Amino acid sequence: MTRRVVVVGAGPAGLGAAAGALRAGAAVTLLDAAENPGGQYHRMLPGAFAAADPGRLHHGWRGFERLRDHVLGHARCDWWPESAVWAVERPDRGVPHVHVLRGEADGAGRARHVLVPDALVLAPGAHDRVLPFPGWELPGVHTAGAAQALVKGERLVIGDSVLIAGTGPFLLPVAASLLDAGAAVHGVLEANTASTVARGWGRRPWELPAESGKAGELAGYLGLLARRRVPYRTGRAVVEARGDGRVEEAVTARLRPDWSVVPGTERTIAVDALCVTHGFSPRLELPVAAGCALRDGAFTEVDADQRTSVPGVHAAGEITGIAGAQAARTEGLLAGWIAGGGAPDAPEAVRTRRSRDRARAFAARLAAAHPIGAAWPGWLRPETVVCRCEETTYGALLSAGGDPSRNSAHAVRLGTRAGLGPCQGRICGPTVAELLPDAGGNPHHRPVAQPIRLGELAQPPVENPIENTDRKESAR
Amino acid sequence: MRLVDDDPAGRRDVPLRITVDGEPVAGITGQTIAGVLLASGHRAWRTGPSGAPRGVFCGIGVCFDCLVTVNGVRDVRACARRAHEGDTVTTQSRAQGDLR
Repeated sequence: MTRRVVVVGAGPAGLGAAAGALRAGAAVTLLDAAENPGGQYHRMLPGAFAAADPGRLHHGWRGFERLRDHVLGHARCDWWPESAVWAVERPDRGVPHVHVLRGEADGAGRARHVLVPDALVLAPGAHDRVLPFPGWELPGVHTAGAAQALVKGERLVIGDSVLIAGTGPFLLPVAASLLDAGAAVHGVLEANTASTVARGWGRRPWELPAESGKAGELAGYLGLLARRRVPYRTGRAVVEARGDGRVEEAVTARLRPDWSVVPGTERTIAVDALCVTHGFSPRLELPVAAGCALRDGAFTEVDADQRTSVPGVHAAGEITGIAGAQAARTEGLLAGWIAGGGAPDAPEAVRTRRSRDRARAFAARLAAAHPIGAAWPGWLRPETVVCRCEETTYGALLSAGGDPSRNSAHAVRLGTRAGLGPCQGRICGPTVAELLPDAGGNPHHRPVAQPIRLGELAQPPVENPIENTDRKESAR
Repeated sequence: MRLVDDDPAGRRDVPLRITVDGEPVAGITGQTIAGVLLASGHRAWRTGPSGAPRGVFCGIGVCFDCLVTVNGVRDVRACARRAHEGDTVTTQSRAQGDLR
């Protein structure tokens, strides 16, 4: 019988996984919460825009279109857009069951389905990590990912007078998108010092030629900044946002290598939007719910073939380590191939493993060049909001952390409400865990991974519906 | 906050209308509700527990800052929901005593 593989997430990793599983001969159900495949990296314009040249906004668009059309058009692939996975569970200790809501985002009458696959590939991706600073809750302060999603996905420019700050290579494509869309970008601030960045990039130089594609893309962005006279400054960060009801000013300061502020270097700049990112947080709630072991509590542990610690569950992309779209795609290909029953020693698996390892080496270089400095909490004041949902302040967290009777993850949450709001600790969880290391707890534990309404929960689910696979096959 | 004009991506605009707290707001088909709000000059529409204003923070459905009520259904992520012609959007608040 044909193996049935469910792939969660249709970004670079998920599309790669679907392609790998299809090549191995499996039947694939590919799910994504969004209407279109592509994930955040290849976020598509809505069909209603009828854009004549959507690839104009993207790197590697033609390769993406080929992969997308191959996967979605394949007779053995069932594509489920607008499908939110709200739970995974293992009632029989076997391959987890996947609980899905199909319909418009946060709608009221979405259809419930339960998929019982032979193998599962998790590829949910990541979102920006933003460290708190005074004023970061003001409207007009956005994640860099928000600015990129709005300009790529809706052609909306986040502001006319923008500052981009934080750390990592992602600052560069965001700046390029905003410049291309006509925004005035005052500067791109990389918090790490020039020597940290140079040391990270310069390690193991013999590997660089193999990674020239990605390096070339980043060099292209730097060239664009230079041509448009947008300064790219290292060792400088936004340490405060100010404004009355919305961001009006950003305060920047020079940082030491550990990200402590050099006193007296503060400068104030007028902005109408601020885009910030300090790296990425993997979306770990599904692997955690499936019972997958984590590596250092931060990423899903996988073996050389992308298998997690749970039999039949494979992981690909950013949840296994922040490595970018190219690594994600190759991890997906391999995960899908193995999940679909392909032989680990097949020549294509060997080739895929090799290109995955090259892409990962590049990621290791980036991670070394753009770490988070340990002294960043020096930006915080007692009244600075840390949990955006519940407006829990740094001061409240510190006093909860200092009280031995309340110093557990559970007690801190109940005592301060940090992490108990609508986002379920997605934004503040890693920060609270870092500020109160002794409190323990897993910031990624979210058994209900997406909101489900009581009326929807009351409906009996449909198990393993077979949809257009039959229709596609009979049409051939 | 504005749409790219003379778009190199070759966008075609089909207008739509929604209401926000009873006021008509114009958008284009394909925008999310957050997109319609932002492009029409709304920076913030929800309020946090202290009454502080909130709008779009993450833009990809993670932070829940942008929640609105759509056609009577509460807690819809404005950044993840496409706007439809005639949608009735009402803003929400978590401030005590504010019943939105």
